[in-house]
Amino acid sequence: MADKSEIRYLTPVAVDTNTTKYCRFKKHRIKFIDYKDENYLRHFLNEQGKILPRRLTGTSLKYQRKVSKAIKRARHLALLPYVADLMKK
Amino acid sequence: MINQYETVFILTPVLSDAQVKEAVDKMKNLITEAGGEILHYEDWGLKKLAYPIKNKSNGFYHLLQFKVDTQFISKMETQFGRDEKYVRHLTFRMDKNEVEYSARRLKRLNSNKEEKQA
Repeated sequence: MADKSEIRYLTPVAVDTNTTKYCRFKKHRIKFIDYKDENYLRHFLNEQGKILPRRLTGTSLKYQRKVSKAIKRARHLALLPYVADLMKK
Repeated sequence: MINQYETVFILTPVLSDAQVKEAVDKMKNLITEAGGEILHYEDWGLKKLAYPIKNKSNGFYHLLQFKVDTQFISKMETQFGRDEKYVRHLTFRMDKNEVEYSARRLKRLNSNKEEKQA
């Protein structure tokens, strides 16, 4: 008879690793995303300088469009690179 | 119809200070001649570009916020395009969120300046 300690669950116990994602713009009521502020925009880029998808950053669709527009403007003005390797955050 | 616009443009780093000043003043005079009004001017100075433009890796950044009639903008664009000193330029209309944001940003900038002086 298997003793108590060797109980193995068929499905792993759902450990709630991180809290639910929230849209930082709705939460802090940020209305305008400044394309000139490239340090802030870097949070939305990965190491290659690509725009992070919504499922990772958790931003809502309305603000994701504003973020991508601001990033593309910053890229046009050479504040952000189009392609980069190992870009620091 | 009068709209509020914001322009950021980059000048080639090859220019001397006098030429930079003259290039910026040329834009300012263009705006005031056309009956516009300059609200705010910022000079970010020589900054490193994220990627080389015309194989130069830094440039003089300038920011201009102004109110002007809508017809003037196309004239200004041709001016930017014709003169090769202006390496890159970006103009767009400021909507209400942007206007309120930039007002707050100016307050922060001025308060920083006062702290530095004090």
